[in-house]
Amino acid sequence: MKTLYTTLKYSAVTLWSMFVIAPFLWAISTSFKDFNSVTSGVSYIPWLQFEPSFEGWKVLIKPASEGGINIVEPYFNSIFVTLTSSLISIILGTLAAYALSRFTFKAGFVKNSDITFFFISQRIMPPIVLSIPFFLMLGYLSLLDTLMGLVMVYIVLLMPIAVWIMVDFFNKVPREIDETALIDGCNPYQAFYKVVLPNSIPGLIVAGMFCIIFGWIDFFFAFILTFTEVQLLPVAIVALNSSITPWWSLSAAALVSIAPLIVVAFIVERYLSKGNLSGAIK
Amino acid sequence: MKLVTKNLTFKPEDEYYLNDVSLEFEAGRLYTILGRTLSGKTSFLKTIAGLQPVDEGEITLDEKDFRSIPVWERNVAMVYQQFINYPHLNVYENIAFPLKQRKMSAADIKQEVAVAISQVGLEGFEARKIQELSGGQQQRVGLARSLAKKAKILLLDEPLVNLDYKLREELRYVFKNLFDSDLSTESILIYASTDPQEAMQLNGDIVVIDEGRVLQTGPAKEVFENPLNIKVAEITNDPAMNILPGIIDDKEIIFNEDFKLNLPSHLSHLDSGKYFFGVRATDLNLDDSGFSFTVDISEISGSETFLHIHQDELKVVLMIEEVRNFNLDDQVKISMDMNRLYVFDANGDLIFSPYRGN
Repeated sequence: MKTLYTTLKYSAVTLWSMFVIAPFLWAISTSFKDFNSVTSGVSYIPWLQFEPSFEGWKVLIKPASEGGINIVEPYFNSIFVTLTSSLISIILGTLAAYALSRFTFKAGFVKNSDITFFFISQRIMPPIVLSIPFFLMLGYLSLLDTLMGLVMVYIVLLMPIAVWIMVDFFNKVPREIDETALIDGCNPYQAFYKVVLPNSIPGLIVAGMFCIIFGWIDFFFAFILTFTEVQLLPVAIVALNSSITPWWSLSAAALVSIAPLIVVAFIVERYLSKGNLSGAIK
Repeated sequence: MKLVTKNLTFKPEDEYYLNDVSLEFEAGRLYTILGRTLSGKTSFLKTIAGLQPVDEGEITLDEKDFRSIPVWERNVAMVYQQFINYPHLNVYENIAFPLKQRKMSAADIKQEVAVAISQVGLEGFEARKIQELSGGQQQRVGLARSLAKKAKILLLDEPLVNLDYKLREELRYVFKNLFDSDLSTESILIYASTDPQEAMQLNGDIVVIDEGRVLQTGPAKEVFENPLNIKVAEITNDPAMNILPGIIDDKEIIFNEDFKLNLPSHLSHLDSGKYFFGVRATDLNLDDSGFSFTVDISEISGSETFLHIHQDELKVVLMIEEVRNFNLDDQVKISMDMNRLYVFDANGDLIFSPYRGN
């Protein structure tokens, strides 16, 4: 009975793993194919079934003048925009969340929970609703098609996530810890950065991870708010598509674009598995 | 050094947290704030520390305004009921934290921390993480941090309540030593507690507080012997003093049809009328010639048995100094020690105490 259960369990896990890993393997093998290998039927194993070619990868770093589509610049643009906007969102969001967690705000019927909801409500709207206002606003500020403009828009999109996660996290840090810090001679700012913040690292990591992922994968705003000067990675990848779909370079670009997220996931996973988040504070 | 509060009142919503609290505290004495849960003890301590606002009232230290000084400049120390430490720091760093805030030199910090650690008996645990300590040890760290500061005012908010029996005894011993040391001559010690026994053991001045209002202040013995009213009598005794409504009618005290006592001579000066009679659980005895009561519950606690009994509407608790089992609805006969009887008037104010007379 027990063996049967174990067998079933492992079969299920194996099946699911294959389901998840197969697209990656498929993308990897496709990225080493050329036009003939892709169009000449199903093949998986290099050298045996098809002759590997590096054309798909080469295209990604060749300048346009040599018939390539350079994704190096969009890549660094994406890294810059994602990291900058995530960092600013985390800083602002953490400060806002601390205020919402520790102080009582009242303006008529508006209370702390309403303000928190206001932040989250920014993510309830479909992005298309925001696209026209953003386009017009950036236009007036002459920030269309600039990295700065994108950073600003992403902060609007990412900060609510940071606020939402951090409010919840700070609410789990006992108020008495702040009070003890005050009694021990910290002013409110010192209490925040010397005591509360060091105890909120797991929360900061989770919030940071979500900001980075949501910033990195955004296509919609990157597409609408840029034209020719500035290009982000998701847009550049889609731009690879021409009259003949270059499956090999699309696969290579897709693999390259998810690499940073995989790295982030591995780093974060180590922190998360150290124990459950709130367990950091008893 | 003298800390004075005048008419402190705080009523954030419908309930008073503090209601016209005027008290005086002097250095070198231990004050125990005794009250039930939510009576305003923590509120009062937090107000002294500066963590809680008040609607009105003054706090002065040596006649200088204390209320306008921000928390972080007040030089008070507070130990919480929950074990509050800095989870990201180890034991040594926790205790050194307030000293570092004060920009003390590293050598001085090292020395002060070592002293504090030996005072609470945590030698050898300096490098431990807070999460690796037991509850009692965590509370010792909190206490050591408060001691290392050499604060002028030390606030202890039910520091023992979340500990198990044995640890509580151990830490109580640590406290006793501290309160007898020279620390106590330089500082004002304010200890909040719900436990009358603890308050009596600490043997300082007692402030009885209920619903944010101060009911009685005085030396522990005085408050215990002569509670000003029924509320105080209930709060300062565990189990609470039995309060029986009754009538004095000529030569008798009548509780009900079946429970009448001859009026003892020392109470013969009282007029006829309605009174409340107070008797401690220890002053009721099992007595075959006594009055018949029915058992509700019996609780065995250590070497004592607490017997909850009733007769019609009268409910009392009686303590027997032995372990005995009773069943629900057993009949027992009890008598009360008339020399130990307190008499309160119809408003609940004390009019006769066996210690003081009328």
